[in-house]
Amino acid sequence: MTLLLAVVAGVLFSGGIYMILRRSLVKVIVGVLLLSYAVNLLLFDSAVLVAGYPPLIPANQSQPPEVYADPVTQALILTAIVISFGVTAFVVVLIKQVYLTSHTDDLNQMRCTDIPCLDSELSDSTLDEGKTT
Amino acid sequence: MIALPILIPLACAVLSILSWKNIFLQRALAVFGTLALVVSALQLLQSVRMVGVIAIQVGNWQPPFGISLVVDVFSAIMLLTVAVIAFAVSLYGQAGIDLRRVRHGYYPLFHFLMMGVNGAFISGDLFNLYVWFEVMLMASFVLITFGGEKQSIEGGVKYVILNLLASVLFLAAIGLIYNLTGTLNMADLAQQLRIIGDSQKITLVAMLFFIAFGIKAAAFPLFFWLPASYHTPPVSIAALFAGLLTKVGVYALVRTFTLLFTQNIAYTHTVILIVSGFTMTSGVLGAMAQTDFRRLLSFHIISQIGYLLMGLGLMSVESLTATIFFTVHNMLAKTSLFLVSGLVEQLQGSFDLKKLGGLYASHVWLALLFALPAMSLAGIPPLSGFVAKLGLVQAGFNEKQYLIIAVSLVVSIMTLFSMTKVWNEVFWKPAVYPVVKKPLSAWMIGGTACLVFISLSLGLLPAPLLSLASQAATLLMHPDSYIQVTLGGMP
Repeated sequence: MTLLLAVVAGVLFSGGIYMILRRSLVKVIVGVLLLSYAVNLLLFDSAVLVAGYPPLIPANQSQPPEVYADPVTQALILTAIVISFGVTAFVVVLIKQVYLTSHTDDLNQMRCTDIPCLDSELSDSTLDEGKTT
Repeated sequence: MIALPILIPLACAVLSILSWKNIFLQRALAVFGTLALVVSALQLLQSVRMVGVIAIQVGNWQPPFGISLVVDVFSAIMLLTVAVIAFAVSLYGQAGIDLRRVRHGYYPLFHFLMMGVNGAFISGDLFNLYVWFEVMLMASFVLITFGGEKQSIEGGVKYVILNLLASVLFLAAIGLIYNLTGTLNMADLAQQLRIIGDSQKITLVAMLFFIAFGIKAAAFPLFFWLPASYHTPPVSIAALFAGLLTKVGVYALVRTFTLLFTQNIAYTHTVILIVSGFTMTSGVLGAMAQTDFRRLLSFHIISQIGYLLMGLGLMSVESLTATIFFTVHNMLAKTSLFLVSGLVEQLQGSFDLKKLGGLYASHVWLALLFALPAMSLAGIPPLSGFVAKLGLVQAGFNEKQYLIIAVSLVVSIMTLFSMTKVWNEVFWKPAVYPVVKKPLSAWMIGGTACLVFISLSLGLLPAPLLSLASQAATLLMHPDSYIQVTLGGMP
């Protein structure tokens, strides 16, 4: 099980890294998402995995059983998932904003930050959609 | 009391959201909220100065199972500096931030950003540190992009993606270290790692942390998001980022590489030293090529990060003292330079060095406000940068690292050259376009002058901060009391 998870995490990592090296912004974002899934699996895998032993104390005992699944990593993953959910929501809105203002999703075209660009007029509609958090 | 630096911004953010329509109230809240932060940080510093380290366990969970909040002298110094900068920026922002951004939630985001930054300084738990980083990042993501200008959105994309990558690496490193030790409480981790001793796995994880924090701190060769994004938002936001965000990365590096990863100093800290040399050089070379005021300053941020890492790489009490002093000096000087660039833009409507000019003739005091932090950044005595660099060079001689001393001195000269260039272009040369005598807002001048004054007094009276910094550095080099207080509860 651990080996399987490790392989899956590895595949997700490599896929994510491949995707963030693409030029299209949407693919880059997909890459970031894949990486966050990969890291969640890695977290899950970082505790010793045991099947069928929830970290609960049986009703008639006062001690947890000898072997039990580590609840800490599960709490960590839960937090990480919630955070990555928020980040994803933001990033999806960001893609839309980029498309509305730059009319492209090619990262090579987004050179406004390196060379002076003249087209910097403001549109009020972009601001209204920008306030997500 | 330890949690106040988190609770005050949280309360301010919530109140700002509640008074969404009432801009006057939000502005007043920003000033008074940051003032309260300054007071609480001073109080913390006062009590930490006596006992060294104080800690509380959130929810009264027995350590190391719960989350510990720990303040030592280093964190307290950082908290105070950050609070002072936030106060000055909130003064500047009274007139410096456009109404559109204020209506769309600038102030709640400002407070959330402060909450994240302060939380990172206080946290005594690696995963909790990650969460505070995310709080800070989310606020900064929105702050950088929510203006909707093409430039800031495109800069924001680069900023967002590279910082998300850093977060992923940070989280991966957390998973791996949990696998190796079974704990995430930093004090407990420090103990466990000492028991394990030198191991290649630990060094590997340490380097993963170094890359993750290195991206956030903008170290070579991971800094490319910074010059692509920091010059895009308005000055009141950019100055805040310049002063705070990369330094949180540096703080995390200093914390982890003094408390946790000290098993293989010969390897890890040599890597840090090499990276610091390259960071200084590449930052300053980038700055010399720039003709945009804010882009030039952004590259200088990178160059200064190199100095901070140099102190960490040398790893002695003297060098860490210098690093802490340098951090404080750098945060103040850098933020005030950004604020000055905003004042210049108010007067002449541009950040382009070629279009600016003649400001010495029309606004001598503005030239002075620029010259003091600029010379301080280059390390001219008697300003604070000189004290900081002197400390670093002395520590370098003690550790016999002559190469990095040479690099740092050459970079200083190049910094001076770059600052002279700004001086010549913006203040000294005759105006390209006629200077309009626009009245500047007293708020903006006040905020800038406040920072410049503090920076100046640090240079003239460095002794109090130096003694504090050396106390902090001693605690960092001998983390026993940090571990004891966090785990045992008794100072």
